[in-house]
Amino acid sequence: MIDWAHFTPWSSFAGGLLIGAAVAAFVVIHGRVAGISGILGGLLRPAGRDIGWRIAFIGGLLSAPVFYGLFSRFPLATIEAGFPLIVLAGVLVGIGTRYGSGCTSGHGVCGISRLSPRSLAATATFMAAGLVTVFVVRHLPA
Amino acid sequence: MAILTSFLTGLLFGVGLIISGMTDPSKIIGFLDLAGAWDPSLAFVMGGAVLLGAAGFRLAERQPTSVLGGLRQLPDTKSIGARLILGSATFGVGWGLAGFCPGPALVAFGAGYDKAVVFVIAMLAGMVAYEFTERRRMARATDG
Repeated sequence: MIDWAHFTPWSSFAGGLLIGAAVAAFVVIHGRVAGISGILGGLLRPAGRDIGWRIAFIGGLLSAPVFYGLFSRFPLATIEAGFPLIVLAGVLVGIGTRYGSGCTSGHGVCGISRLSPRSLAATATFMAAGLVTVFVVRHLPA
Repeated sequence: MAILTSFLTGLLFGVGLIISGMTDPSKIIGFLDLAGAWDPSLAFVMGGAVLLGAAGFRLAERQPTSVLGGLRQLPDTKSIGARLILGSATFGVGWGLAGFCPGPALVAFGAGYDKAVVFVIAMLAGMVAYEFTERRRMARATDG
């Protein structure tokens, strides 16, 4: 059953186009994949190469709400999980994206754009794990 | 120059995430909740992003070098192994629990959400843990 009250096809598609434009600009200008977990994780490597552009990219993401705020209000984020669950989830996302070499941006957007079989497998896997997790949390009796 | 273009790309990416609605974890969980009231928005985000992303990678393949002059450094690993699958599954569980993946979490951090700040710190801790175990594994591999 579709949740028509929350479904936002147009703004989601428009935002997706901007994300795609950023991915395209990054590969054309920098010759790299705009995978956020990889860009962030690369900062934690011992060999401190190309730190500058990595910090700049993360800085751009962090500044996006301020920039957006010049034109419109930041959309409300509803975060149901409590702090202990947030910590657990954060650690799992940190470890998982590094072992899996990518997240929603690197595998989900960039990898699928390149038709990489590896990224298709990764995306199918994290989607399936996310679906199962939400089913267990929301629908299985505690 | 690389700093400026990288910052602007990150900014554009972040604004795209905000407009798409993906900085709200309840929309991510709404997409992953097939058994409840399903919000298909995330599929439209992916559609829009892959449309222009694919065009960008095609264009990049025709360039001798990137605009900034460097060689392309795209991932060229082909193998689909246990690390990829188990890592992605671990990520998916965390994604389903909180409704945050790395990009939207950083943007919500920038918007000042305390839970996003905690999430990002925990995520960095997870990434540091990965670096440590990897270094130990590498050290053992060179010893043996």
